[in-house]
Amino acid sequence: MISPDVVGSGGRAADPAPERAPALPTGRNIELVLLAFAAAIVTAALVLVEANQENELTRALLYVGAAYLGLFTVAHFAVRKLAPYADPVMLPCVALLNGLGLVMIHRLDLAAADRAVALGRAAPTVLIQRQVAWTAIGLVLFVGVLYLVRNHRTLARYGYTAGFAGLVLLALPGLLPSSISEVNGARIWLRLGIFSIQPGEFAKILLIVFFSVFLMQKRELFSEAGRTFLRMEFPRARDLAPLLIAWGLSVGVLVLERDLGTSLLFFGIVLVLLYTATNKVSWMVIGLSIFLAGGFVAYQLFGHVRTRVEIWLDPFADFNGAGYQLGQALFGLGTGGVGGTGLGAGRPDLVPYAESDFMFSSLGEELGLVGLAAILVVYLVLITRGLRTALAVRDSFGKLLATGLAFTLALQMFVVIGGVTRLIPLTGLTLPFLSYGGSSLVANYALVALLLRVSNAARAPLPHRPAAPQVPIAEAGTELVERPS
Amino acid sequence: MNTPVRRVALAVMGMIVLLMANLTYVQVVKAGDYRDDTRNQRVLLAEYSRQRGQISAAGQVLAQSVETDDRLRFQREYPNGPVYSTVTGFYSVLYSGSGIERSMNEVLNGNDDRLFARRLSDLITGRDPSGGNVVLTIDPAVQQAAYEALTSRDYAGAVVALRPQTGQILAMVSTPTYDPNKLASHNSEDQTAAWTKLNAADPPVLPNRAISETYPPGSTFKLIDTAAALQNGFTPDSQLTAASEITLQGTATRLENFAGTACGTGATASLRDALARSCNTAFAELGAQLGEDKIRAQAEAFGVGTEPPAIPMTVAPSTLGDIPDTASLQQSAIGQRDVRFTPLQNAMIVAAIANGGQVMAPYLVQQVLSPTLDVLDETQPDRLGRAMPAGVAKTLTDLMIGAENRTQGGGKITGVQIAAKTGTAEHGTDPKATPPHNWYVAFAPANDPQIAVAVLVENGGDRSLEATGGSRAAPIGRAVIAAGLRSGR
Repeated sequence: MISPDVVGSGGRAADPAPERAPALPTGRNIELVLLAFAAAIVTAALVLVEANQENELTRALLYVGAAYLGLFTVAHFAVRKLAPYADPVMLPCVALLNGLGLVMIHRLDLAAADRAVALGRAAPTVLIQRQVAWTAIGLVLFVGVLYLVRNHRTLARYGYTAGFAGLVLLALPGLLPSSISEVNGARIWLRLGIFSIQPGEFAKILLIVFFSVFLMQKRELFSEAGRTFLRMEFPRARDLAPLLIAWGLSVGVLVLERDLGTSLLFFGIVLVLLYTATNKVSWMVIGLSIFLAGGFVAYQLFGHVRTRVEIWLDPFADFNGAGYQLGQALFGLGTGGVGGTGLGAGRPDLVPYAESDFMFSSLGEELGLVGLAAILVVYLVLITRGLRTALAVRDSFGKLLATGLAFTLALQMFVVIGGVTRLIPLTGLTLPFLSYGGSSLVANYALVALLLRVSNAARAPLPHRPAAPQVPIAEAGTELVERPS
Repeated sequence: MNTPVRRVALAVMGMIVLLMANLTYVQVVKAGDYRDDTRNQRVLLAEYSRQRGQISAAGQVLAQSVETDDRLRFQREYPNGPVYSTVTGFYSVLYSGSGIERSMNEVLNGNDDRLFARRLSDLITGRDPSGGNVVLTIDPAVQQAAYEALTSRDYAGAVVALRPQTGQILAMVSTPTYDPNKLASHNSEDQTAAWTKLNAADPPVLPNRAISETYPPGSTFKLIDTAAALQNGFTPDSQLTAASEITLQGTATRLENFAGTACGTGATASLRDALARSCNTAFAELGAQLGEDKIRAQAEAFGVGTEPPAIPMTVAPSTLGDIPDTASLQQSAIGQRDVRFTPLQNAMIVAAIANGGQVMAPYLVQQVLSPTLDVLDETQPDRLGRAMPAGVAKTLTDLMIGAENRTQGGGKITGVQIAAKTGTAEHGTDPKATPPHNWYVAFAPANDPQIAVAVLVENGGDRSLEATGGSRAAPIGRAVIAAGLRSGR
């Protein structure tokens, strides 16, 4: 295959054309092939759902698959135009996760409709159309970010603006009256008439930008050695202020918004960025210590934290009450076993919020351990590509930004999956790209756009000056380099 | 700055490994526990979303699943519920199942290995998966007659009818019975109410008296004594005591004949007379003369004291109990003390006599059919062993004809010679004041046996102290035999 991207000088060997730096492969064609592969998997999954739900298999399913491929092809061409050297694997990973999430949401829609018919109730809200709309909005934002942010270093100029905006977005639901912000006990929403958003999802990206800028500028300061204890260099007490502020903020989120997940996520990112900037393990030790202290105090003070821990310790103690959701999720995972019941053939709808918080257990029931392992591998590839970008990019702001963005995905995934599989207590976060929920999806598309932007800078060839024609030094004429002014 | 980034990447991989390990624990190690937890309805819901197979007998549908539009897609129906519930059992969302519904569950729900090819083709062709069908050996006419004979008199009891040559179970009824439709209701409140009511019923409803409960066989045990005697030098004319009462060996306990009468007019009575008149004293003496080993060996040859084969429901073992001394043997020889039979066991004994001494394994399932009614499996009659030579069986049949001819009770069939034995068994802590269990075991026609039955009526049926096997059980047995001969299947 002759790649149109690789503009070589093959076939003209006889003609000693002026030497040019060979163009680097952009990987855009690989991306397109991988996207088609993801579309094929998603279409097959949709067909399986329809077959197992005993719906008629029509050609319309293929059109849905084609439309899905079309949507991502548009995104692909935007990348080709705006960030030609961007990492070719990340977008297909995202497309696959998003597509599987859409199929599962559709599958749960079918189950909800069946149940409504059986119980003689009115038809439930169909979620799939909304989520498809959110996907489209997410892709628009994705292209928009790539278009507006032509070089990630320009972001560094807006570090403090981003920090302020992020802080406002993070704190807003907690400060607004709960009639606007509260859904199911957590005050993390902005309910704006017809649609609601979770500003925290966007705040997380803005705060990563801010912290990357802040740490890039103040790196030396934080690297100053304090005392050495247990062979670790501890920072000076006065440098602890930013960490303590971050800690205070995450505790504030926990108290005001009753949102364990965002609090944990926010604090975790700050810690990892501090560590990355300074290469000092002591930051992690201090950070984890005050986090555990905060967690312990929260456990003592707040009923909702205590309930979460109790459910985690034994979900079956109060199966018909607080433990029902996690208990049903575990039953679903166990019933699925290694091979799963098959897409559309299980009963993931028995778990409350199967399409959002418990998306992973829904997938686990029908795809089994094998399917979940595959999904985890897709996440792993996505995250490690992000971290590779951090390694490859040359400027320290880019490194911090890419690490922060990639680690956010990792931590969010870990906290959600660990929660629904009873590895750690449950927190109310959504699984990136898979769960139902507009804010999370749109914000994560912006996140991936930024990662691609950084990776474009990391992989693009260095701008080079056209090499001067080589002339034997003896024959070289003199040349006026610059007239001294 | 690259070293910490690499470490972060390692940490992320660590997180993924942790998640994988935990998932393996949940989905592999604990999977079985979670799947089988009673609070996990998934397996049940899956079962109800598949069309469960039919249970039928001689073309009559006994149980079937029909499509509904509620949460559980298929509703189990029992067209003639109470008549067949002893056989079909019930199939309930909350209370599992019983009878054929339980013991043939794998076939009915489609998970049986014999349905594997079918499941595979369902998967490929996209056909709705459904369960296999079970065809029973039950003869609806016989079952109906047995059910009516017991319920019309409002008796608690059981009837088992067998085809002597094969062991096919033609009827199996335990009364009082219940309507399995109520337990199959998809409304959990109705279901719970029905279950609570059934469990509180007195006399109990849920135990299957025909196979799960054991009773003292009383005088019907004398068939075993006689079979042993005829193979150990006795003839029908061998003389036994005709005393109206005897003292059990080594004790002061008196054992008397029914109603304290002598066995005929002489000082001794022939074995033939003793069986016809059912003289306790004669058989107590005969038991002592034969000894425990011979009685026990004969009983075992009929299946007593062995683990009974499943029919496919599990059958309670029948037993002679401990026989520590001769006095105990004398009591056991008239079917009292610790001797306990299921009605099925007693039916097997007469069926073996009718079948020339050959004991057949009783069975309920004639065929297993695929959802499209292809025969997947057909039960072949299974010989369990020989209880006596054919000649002895012939002689014993003659003696049973004598017993039948002396038996009172209505329902005699003109033109059909029945061979039978009755039993009136004392039980309880105060036997003389407790209404006895009444038995009637028989087969007919005596010269060409088509059907063998055992009838048990608990506590004299109407709780009368004067109840006997002849007066209470015999009319029921004869009605069942008449239905069997009329049906002629």
